[in-house]
Amino acid sequence: MGLLSKKDAKLITDPLTDNNPITIQVLGICSALAITAELNASIVMAVSVLFVLGVGNVVISLMRNIIPSKIRIIVQLIVVATLVIIVDLVLKAFAYELSKTLGAFIGLIITNCIIMGRFEAFALGNGPWKSFLDGIGNAVGYGVILIIVGFFRELLGAGTLLGFKVLGDPIEKTGLYAIGYENNGFMLLAPMALIVVGILIWVQRSRNPALIEEN
Amino acid sequence: MSKKTDSNSYTIIFSVGMVLIVGSLLAFLASYFKPTIDENKRIEKQQNILYAMGVNENEEGSVTFISKDVVGENFSKYITKQLVIQGGAISENDQAYLIDIKKQQTLAKEGEDRQFPLFIGEKDGKTFYVAPIRGKGLWDAIWAYVAMDENMVIQGAYFDHKGETAGLGANIKLRFFMDDFTGEHLLSDGQFKGIDVSKSNNDPKNEDKMDNQVDAIAGATITGDGVSAMIKSELRNYVSYFKNLKTN
Repeated sequence: MGLLSKKDAKLITDPLTDNNPITIQVLGICSALAITAELNASIVMAVSVLFVLGVGNVVISLMRNIIPSKIRIIVQLIVVATLVIIVDLVLKAFAYELSKTLGAFIGLIITNCIIMGRFEAFALGNGPWKSFLDGIGNAVGYGVILIIVGFFRELLGAGTLLGFKVLGDPIEKTGLYAIGYENNGFMLLAPMALIVVGILIWVQRSRNPALIEEN
Repeated sequence: MSKKTDSNSYTIIFSVGMVLIVGSLLAFLASYFKPTIDENKRIEKQQNILYAMGVNENEEGSVTFISKDVVGENFSKYITKQLVIQGGAISENDQAYLIDIKKQQTLAKEGEDRQFPLFIGEKDGKTFYVAPIRGKGLWDAIWAYVAMDENMVIQGAYFDHKGETAGLGANIKLRFFMDDFTGEHLLSDGQFKGIDVSKSNNDPKNEDKMDNQVDAIAGATITGDGVSAMIKSELRNYVSYFKNLKTN
């Protein structure tokens, strides 16, 4: 890679695979359960976190030498909350329709432990450029899992993808439904998100045994 | 070794400074964007009302409002009268669509007479009566604009919510749910019965329009119950208006 040094590139690629925030660090599980019933919502959440984590990491990194260590967690929270409110206001003013779709998710970003986790573990100890890459890497790693989970939950639970009926019409009995296929409503409930994430963790660890902890 | 950022006085000065900066930044942005946001909300209300009476750009399966640029002229073209019903008296008010239903509900709780807005629209020779209603879902508020004919048969509805679960309760604003209401009777044998969002409807294609029921959404029981309750408690208040309409 010409643009990034090897070390910098690792900051982006690591969270995508062997240090994935959801499947390895088990962070951000709450939102992975809550909003992945639809692919659309997963994508929107992934993009929102990408923005907040990318910018937030840079802000915290720039402030890292002046933040009093006693109140650093509060300062981090304020930075996330401020960013989230600004995003919300700008969307409401200039992309009202989109802001309605995002609605609840925007607020949920504040509670996402990945964000606080990266501020605390990385941005407080590294420069802005590295922190930016780390933020982007982790947000993408998080987003990819969200999108995979959302894909399977919407497909198997509702028979649709992004709202399109890809498997046929369950009421008119066309497509797959004509031969007796039924949607699995259980996929739409939160426990199945956990099971899908579990399957992803299983697949990842069986492909890379180095990830398995020794007992 | 203690750093200067560890001292108590530094911590206090830092927090005061941060609060001031963040506070004024957010206050400035909020007041700067407020007119634009309010305008967006006003347009949205007009779009919602028109949507309920069938003035929209829906394609198969989509929920599409008429564009922002033409909503104003269409609103004055289709909506012929805006009424406010308050304690039995009916008055006209061309700003009635801006009445905040939430505030009116709070007024009613305090024992005062609340205002019930009703928008009368004409389209293709048909008269629509659109009522705004508001209730509680699972997490937060839900609301709707319901277009009826003079017999309180629903002609169209637009549902919306503040924070229902995506993929579950949030589906009340999708076509498959909203369209089920069209043609449903709110009255049963001349008495107001409302419409139940029912799990035991056993009528997935919604062919029975007289049963005062529509199909519930799987995984959205509480939101669905909220919709039923909202329709029952809010639209009931318009019954006497429709009764008078018939006798006059």
